[in-house]
Amino acid sequence: MCGIAGYFALSPRPLAPREVLSRMVEAVRHRGPDDSGLYYDGRAALGHRRLSIIDLSGGRQPLSSADGRLWVTFNGEIFNYVELREDLIARGRAFRTKSDTETILHAYAEFGPQCVQSFNGDFAYALWDRSNHRLVIARDRMGVRPLYYTVHQGVLVFASEVKSLFQYPGLRPELDPLGLDQCFTFWAPLAPRTAFKNIYELPAGYQLVAEQGVVKIAPYWTLSYPARGERAGMSEGEAEEHVKTLLADATRIRMRADVPVGAYLSGGFDSSATTALAKEHNERLRTFSLEFESPELDESAYQRTLVAALGTDHSALRCKGPDIAANFPAVIRHTERPVVRAAPAALFLLSRQVRDHGFKVVLTGEGADEVFGGYDIFKEALVRRFWAREPQSKWRPLLLRRLYPYLGGLQSQPAAYLEAFFRTGLAHADDPLFSHLPRFALTRRISQFYSPELRTTINGYDPLDDLRAQLPAEFGKWHPLSRAQYLETRCLLPGYILSSQGDRVAMAHAVEGRFPFLDHRVVELGAALPPGLKVRGLREKYVLRRALGRELPREIVERPKQPYRAPDSESFVHEGAPGYVDALLSPEAIARTGYFEPRAVTRLVKKCRAMRGAVSAGDNMAFMAILSTQLVHSSYVEPLI
Amino acid sequence: MKQDICLAVRRFISENFLFRDDGEAITHDASLLDAGIIDSTGVLELVSFLETTFGIAVQDEEMLPENLDSIRAISNYVSRKLESSKAQLVV
Repeated sequence: MCGIAGYFALSPRPLAPREVLSRMVEAVRHRGPDDSGLYYDGRAALGHRRLSIIDLSGGRQPLSSADGRLWVTFNGEIFNYVELREDLIARGRAFRTKSDTETILHAYAEFGPQCVQSFNGDFAYALWDRSNHRLVIARDRMGVRPLYYTVHQGVLVFASEVKSLFQYPGLRPELDPLGLDQCFTFWAPLAPRTAFKNIYELPAGYQLVAEQGVVKIAPYWTLSYPARGERAGMSEGEAEEHVKTLLADATRIRMRADVPVGAYLSGGFDSSATTALAKEHNERLRTFSLEFESPELDESAYQRTLVAALGTDHSALRCKGPDIAANFPAVIRHTERPVVRAAPAALFLLSRQVRDHGFKVVLTGEGADEVFGGYDIFKEALVRRFWAREPQSKWRPLLLRRLYPYLGGLQSQPAAYLEAFFRTGLAHADDPLFSHLPRFALTRRISQFYSPELRTTINGYDPLDDLRAQLPAEFGKWHPLSRAQYLETRCLLPGYILSSQGDRVAMAHAVEGRFPFLDHRVVELGAALPPGLKVRGLREKYVLRRALGRELPREIVERPKQPYRAPDSESFVHEGAPGYVDALLSPEAIARTGYFEPRAVTRLVKKCRAMRGAVSAGDNMAFMAILSTQLVHSSYVEPLI
Repeated sequence: MKQDICLAVRRFISENFLFRDDGEAITHDASLLDAGIIDSTGVLELVSFLETTFGIAVQDEEMLPENLDSIRAISNYVSRKLESSKAQLVV
């Protein structure tokens, strides 16, 4: 688990010198502090920075096949490498190392580029097939590990992080207005688009094959759901058993490491479940969590309950507003895109703590909500549909209050206005994006702050239409819950949760997160489950709670969902906030970057200051979006401070 | 008097919800909800402003679009509240 970088001439031409590769690799040193390696043969350049986790002595990269015809540079893990290796050995292959990396080479030699289908893991790899003059790049199905690329003057350039690409001569950072507009709608750009012009992200579940001067990009795996009304073919009891068995196995193979494996414990059901499963493999499991000052955000009471019940060796990091503000510029250098929340900073601090305690690997509960129907947005969508059948109903919309018990502010909002918010798109129950329209609309309020120039540039572009056009053909046949899950799993999960809140901030401190809920077998099972086993009435993650809840304290199983949140604008507008905040949000700085309108931003900042602690969700998102965009610009386009 | 209320409300909305003033003027009767200017959290801010600025007490059941969803509606509502509290004092 590491960082990779490289370039490949699509047709024979002089390749940029080795020093370029060296610089690209150095740019991702934080991902792999333990070792590095370069491969360069005049047609292809592959570089690697290593975070040693499996086969500490033998797994150096880039790694070649015994005959030197295949070379690979790889970031991630192939968790089923043990089983794959046995199978490949049975087919006559001879292994030289104990690494999972070597499995990729042998699998490719045996099966060709389709070998990726057999990998159960989190990965981004580039494999150079010298005999066929072919470069293959593949990314895992859920988007855990990153991969960015571009084609510049006939050369395919790729890397784990965008900062590495900018070490290649001629690639100049420039923010992409459409990418920004997507960030300010979907919380992240939609792959292959990124926040930067001419820089692309290989989408999750995709493979790139470059040969004979042509680059082909296609999915090797797609997330799909049964048609609405299609029979599940399994009973509730069977479903529970499958879920339990698969999750246990997904956890088992994710404990494979030659270094200690810890776990994140947020206090919520999901990470409690993964921790309980991990504990079965390690009696003295080390766990880590965050504590917040605000009672609305803090879950430490639940964490303590769990630590006592499971008997883990626990450390909690207390996260304060000043910590968030102080570290935020570094966080954005790692996210490489604007964010609409401060939560990535909290997770950045958590991974630093994990690293300080000598751990490189943690298991964590991300993905359970997407796969098993955990987010309130799913229930919300169901309630709104229920309401849409009787739009005049006064009491149907009041069900919506029950959806967000953790948002104190929401509970006190007048009914008529609550209705109005959730009414967004009520008339559009057939819109594929129905479930997410209120969230998108709220996020899009950031566009109020666009400068006239930005508005003109993106004039006529509708990100919602763009997303609609990218949906699979069968989307309309799926149950509404499945549609909502798909949107969440293909947009928010890879672009924000696994990226800005996941890989980027964990790997900033060379910590590898592992996600049992994102084992593709678990994802596929979750997709196949009948909707009623996922959200039953207003009980979300129904079958998951039944499958795994027995080993956990009751209050953990019963407690309502609380997503990771950190204090947003209030972290930045207090007395003694770091100087960069005022500097970057000043009218001069805003005018200089040109994305936002200076007076509007000044008013927003003033309002956030005045309302500190009681800032609305929309205003908080706008504040974070503007500040983080300024930081992206300052880190990559032109320093402002 | 109502003019003053109108002006104060308009300025509050402009500075706290519109953020911009590049000529996107809201008309007196424009629905603030429909225009996405004030939502369910925003209305709490508005109520807080009205109570502090005009010394009225907004009851839960009065927090309705009829009373709060346009500049005209707000001004009328505030005027009525002020009138009725004056009437009470007289009695």
